[in-house]
Amino acid sequence: MSVPASLRSSVSTAVALLLLAALALVPLAAEVFEDPFLLTLFTRIVILALAAVSLNLILGYGGLVSFGHAAFIGVGGYSIGILAKHGMYAAWIQWPVALLMSALFSLLIGLLSLRTRGIFFIMITLALSQLVYYLANGAYAYGGDDGLTILKRTDFGGLINLSHRPSFYYLCWALLVLSLFLTHRLVNSRFGMVLRGAKSNDRRMAAIGFPVLRYRLTAFVIAGTVCGLAGALLATHTDFISPAMIHWTRSGDMIVMVVLGGMGSLFGPLFGAVSFLALEEILSSYTEYWKLVFGPLLVLVVLFARGGIDGALGRGHGGILLGIIGGFFLLHGVHLVYGDDWAIPGALLLGCVALVGLVHWLRRHAKSGDKP
Amino acid sequence: MTLLIFEQFLNGLQIGLLLFLLAAGLTLVFGIMDMVNLAHGSLYMMGAYFAAVFVQWTDSFVLGAILALPAGMLLGVATEYVALRSLYARDHLDQVLATFGLILFFNELARLIFGAGGMAIELPALLAGQIEILPGLPYPTYRFAIIAAGLLCAGFLFLLVQKTRLGMLIRAGASNREMVGALGVDIKLLFTLVFGLGSALAALAGLMAGPISTVQIGMGDNVLILCFVVIVIGGLGSIRGAFVAAVLVGVLETMGRAFLPNILGSFLNPSEAGTLAQALSSMLVYILMAGVLVLRPAGLFPAPGR
Repeated sequence: MSVPASLRSSVSTAVALLLLAALALVPLAAEVFEDPFLLTLFTRIVILALAAVSLNLILGYGGLVSFGHAAFIGVGGYSIGILAKHGMYAAWIQWPVALLMSALFSLLIGLLSLRTRGIFFIMITLALSQLVYYLANGAYAYGGDDGLTILKRTDFGGLINLSHRPSFYYLCWALLVLSLFLTHRLVNSRFGMVLRGAKSNDRRMAAIGFPVLRYRLTAFVIAGTVCGLAGALLATHTDFISPAMIHWTRSGDMIVMVVLGGMGSLFGPLFGAVSFLALEEILSSYTEYWKLVFGPLLVLVVLFARGGIDGALGRGHGGILLGIIGGFFLLHGVHLVYGDDWAIPGALLLGCVALVGLVHWLRRHAKSGDKP
Repeated sequence: MTLLIFEQFLNGLQIGLLLFLLAAGLTLVFGIMDMVNLAHGSLYMMGAYFAAVFVQWTDSFVLGAILALPAGMLLGVATEYVALRSLYARDHLDQVLATFGLILFFNELARLIFGAGGMAIELPALLAGQIEILPGLPYPTYRFAIIAAGLLCAGFLFLLVQKTRLGMLIRAGASNREMVGALGVDIKLLFTLVFGLGSALAALAGLMAGPISTVQIGMGDNVLILCFVVIVIGGLGSIRGAFVAAVLVGVLETMGRAFLPNILGSFLNPSEAGTLAQALSSMLVYILMAGVLVLRPAGLFPAPGR
């Protein structure tokens, strides 16, 4: 069952555009259902989707497994927080500084880490982001490991009021759409072709005469800067900065978002971020032990569903996806009716089913004669 | 002052040896199977929890420790069999992701079974006191025991890898996996054995660290990152490199933590100096790693054949 390539991308594009349109209606929904938490949740989702889009540029298109992308979230966030602490709230100071600082940090980290490849690249990006993490921990003037509350949000003059939550949401949404558009233009440009070429064979690209390192560094800096913007938005959203923003598990979460949605596809990170955070929200409303289900789920996605959600849409598995989502909400409904008595046995059951599925798959895999 | 430095050196050595026990298993898995295993820290945590539970059951530290080791090993082998086996052929990104999922799973499992509060491991009276290792330098017996046990394990590992048939296969597997398989060695069994060995070492590190720090959720996560630093500095797949790097990292961090507050304290107030010193001494290790990677990208003692 093969779907033509043109149709493949158009299915994914249609779903993505529908999703973006639905996201645009969230403030309205929050107003109608009188549920302010909905807006808080989706602001977070949109901001982290922006961060995931930036990671996708180097991870998905560039093939660079950066395990330290959360560092730039931290740099962007801390720029805003530190300036606010010193009483500088003006947008034309805060935002350029946040962007410049994240560009500078990504340039430094990129210069050091892009000299290595493979496993060493994963490790060194991780180590350098840990450096940033401890830097934030040691910044005693700005709260150390307790973090720092931002008392007043960025002041855009009369242009836009960030304390008005729907306005802030639409700003984030617009930036997300803009980043998607720019990524689309970038990866289909000559620059993007070189980057993608280097992913599949960097030696050949170098032999043809492209300075691969320079291209990769540029992509790394662009990704870091956009991620810094997401960090600035996140700090504004929570009115708070702390080293926890930079913890390495946050970097792991971001990789999960990108891979869950589909690496190296334009809308993959959007799908990934939305489903990751929605899943987190729904699962954690069942049980505080939600990661017991989420962890094995992640293993299953890696084993079975390479290409993520975007890949599934492209292969014409939209029905299966819809079925999974439907089943999920059915369970959610059961939970809402029967309450928490079901939570822990339900979570355990799901975990067991996941494990059984895994073992079953392994058996089948072994029978069909896997070669070492 | 010399005594103080010596004492801090011993503390660093003790932390370094614990790190080595963890890093040895990790570097073998890396070297032979070319596999990034983030879940190694979880095995360390589970080992500590097993020890805490068994010590409570049996009311004896030694018996608890003896029971916790095979339990940790079994858990490791089971994890390898169920989840990791199908990941060897995948690329590093898949391995990172799947084992990241395993971390989430194990942390949550520990919280579900053992509760969110930490557990403590009681020391037997024999190990709880202090001994005078040098005139005028009393040192906690238990920490001394850790150093002794760590050195013993390092010696055992060295003999195992260098002098036995199994060790020969391990070294051969690290330099050319396919060739060893083609020569008729059951490479899957070898992988499982190595993984079990690594898990047992991780559990040993966990149960030894338990009485010093409380046994808690996520105790493996930060140690894991340090272990990665250790094996990258030492060179992937090299036990000797892991040993040198682990001791280096342990001593560097402990020395920084012990002496930086005083140095900084001369021009900052105490609480600020404390925060900054802690952050700086944690950073030292990563700076060392970045330096090693820039100067010697394959680590200090790269394993032959890679």
